[in-house]
Amino acid sequence: MKQTKPGGGQTESLYRLLSIASPLFFLLLWEGAVRLGWLDYRFFPPPSTVLTYFVRLLFSGELWNHLSISLLRILAGFALGTLPAVILGLLMGWFRLFHALFDPLVAATYPVPKIALLPLFLIWFGLGETTKIATIAVAVFFVVLITTVNGVRQIDPVLIEAGQSYGARGWRLFQKVILPATLPAIFTGLRLGLGVALLVIVGAEFVASNRGIGYLIWISWSTLAVNKMYVGLITISLLGLLSTWGLEQLRRRLMPWAEDFHGPR
Amino acid sequence: MSASITIRDVGKRYRSSQGEVVALAATSLTVQPGEFMCIVGPSGCGKSTLLRMLAGIGSYDEGTIQLGNGTDPPRTAMVFQEYALFPWRTVLDNVAFGLEMRNVGHKERQTIALDYLNKVGLTRFAAAYPHQLSGGMKQRVAIARALANQPEILLMDEPFAALDAQTRHLMQEELLRIWEAERKTVVYITHAMEEAVLLGDCVALMTARPGRIKTVYPIALPRPRHLALRTTLAFNELVQTIWNDLVDEVNASRDQEWGDASRLAEAASPPHGEKES
Repeated sequence: MKQTKPGGGQTESLYRLLSIASPLFFLLLWEGAVRLGWLDYRFFPPPSTVLTYFVRLLFSGELWNHLSISLLRILAGFALGTLPAVILGLLMGWFRLFHALFDPLVAATYPVPKIALLPLFLIWFGLGETTKIATIAVAVFFVVLITTVNGVRQIDPVLIEAGQSYGARGWRLFQKVILPATLPAIFTGLRLGLGVALLVIVGAEFVASNRGIGYLIWISWSTLAVNKMYVGLITISLLGLLSTWGLEQLRRRLMPWAEDFHGPR
Repeated sequence: MSASITIRDVGKRYRSSQGEVVALAATSLTVQPGEFMCIVGPSGCGKSTLLRMLAGIGSYDEGTIQLGNGTDPPRTAMVFQEYALFPWRTVLDNVAFGLEMRNVGHKERQTIALDYLNKVGLTRFAAAYPHQLSGGMKQRVAIARALANQPEILLMDEPFAALDAQTRHLMQEELLRIWEAERKTVVYITHAMEEAVLLGDCVALMTARPGRIKTVYPIALPRPRHLALRTTLAFNELVQTIWNDLVDEVNASRDQEWGDASRLAEAASPPHGEKES
């Protein structure tokens, strides 16, 4: 194939085709393997069966029953964790005082896997929603905090100098230079935080809930309802995909100036 | 619209792992209003440190720096080697940044910014973002940003050093054209002798660290100047004279770097029991 420019139009569409074709091919392979008896259908139900179950659970309202409560927990936890994390992160990144005050505390508490706090929160807040939301909030908080602090500290010093040399000091320097320069890092934090939120919600719902996608997956295991379990797994992965996509749209809206993100070459 | 600069016995020290380093020692220099002053010197001699002091973003430990008549501090504007454009602002908003910081109204600063964008030939790119521009274009935006701030003193820190040779020559010519129209006081840092002689009314030579001004050469070449000047005998004689003076300092600076490097290597290598020799 003649190709002068790397990543030219022709190769680009070829790659896009491959990206769509490879998962489809994988599903077909799976379907075929089960039908030919190479895979045990009790543990690996064929995609067609899983899809049937997915649609059935969707229309019976059972899926939405679980999904809605998980969504609520994620959204509430995400919001409650993100907001203070961004504010404290900016303060810690910019003011040495705040860094000196809070860094030891963060360094000491960060390594604790946040799901390990669930039992503690159960004691504090009981079995209600607060416990789940708090666990997500704490997990998201740390991820966003640390990326934000690093974001501020990694601002190109020459940008700060440029701001100062044109008379931006104090609050204006913060508002006109520090904050916009940290925005990309904050978005990276949000993205990572979202992944953590999904991880934590599933874990929390495994053990401390009788509704939610995590609960759906867990109860399907205990009742050996493998098809339902797959529906739960697919739902959580779709949730991850959609939220990442939504965040990406928001990023493009808020930061039209950022160089477009290209995947690996 | 242009102001004088008087630097008297300015000194600066900083702490490093090898103890106190004197960056600048008793540096004195006077720049007349409307004068184009080029400063050359070996790397690490404190040229940029001095320029940052003039921009009000660097402190000094001794001496005085007086900008203008001393009562009303004149406006300065700085052009950085790394362009230092704000990636989140459009080209136009970058150019208008200084005006915005001085609370000039939105309409007025747009008008002024567009005017200076036009002077550097980038009106078409007003709505573009910096990452869409080439290096030469970015630096033209940075120059427009500095000029739009209507400074009485223009500070330039090796502004064309990161550009390729052809673009650099075009930019030098363009800077000469703009400067000859506005005649601001300029302090221009460079390590390129030819550039200093081509642009400057004076070329100040700095010593190796601790930096101070060694000699100030007046450049009595006629203006308006163009790139063709570089082929004349007078030009080349000046370059040669300054180079002869500079070469000692470059050697001294290189010895310092070697010294620093060997000290670092010593510090890094584990002690071998008793000292040899």
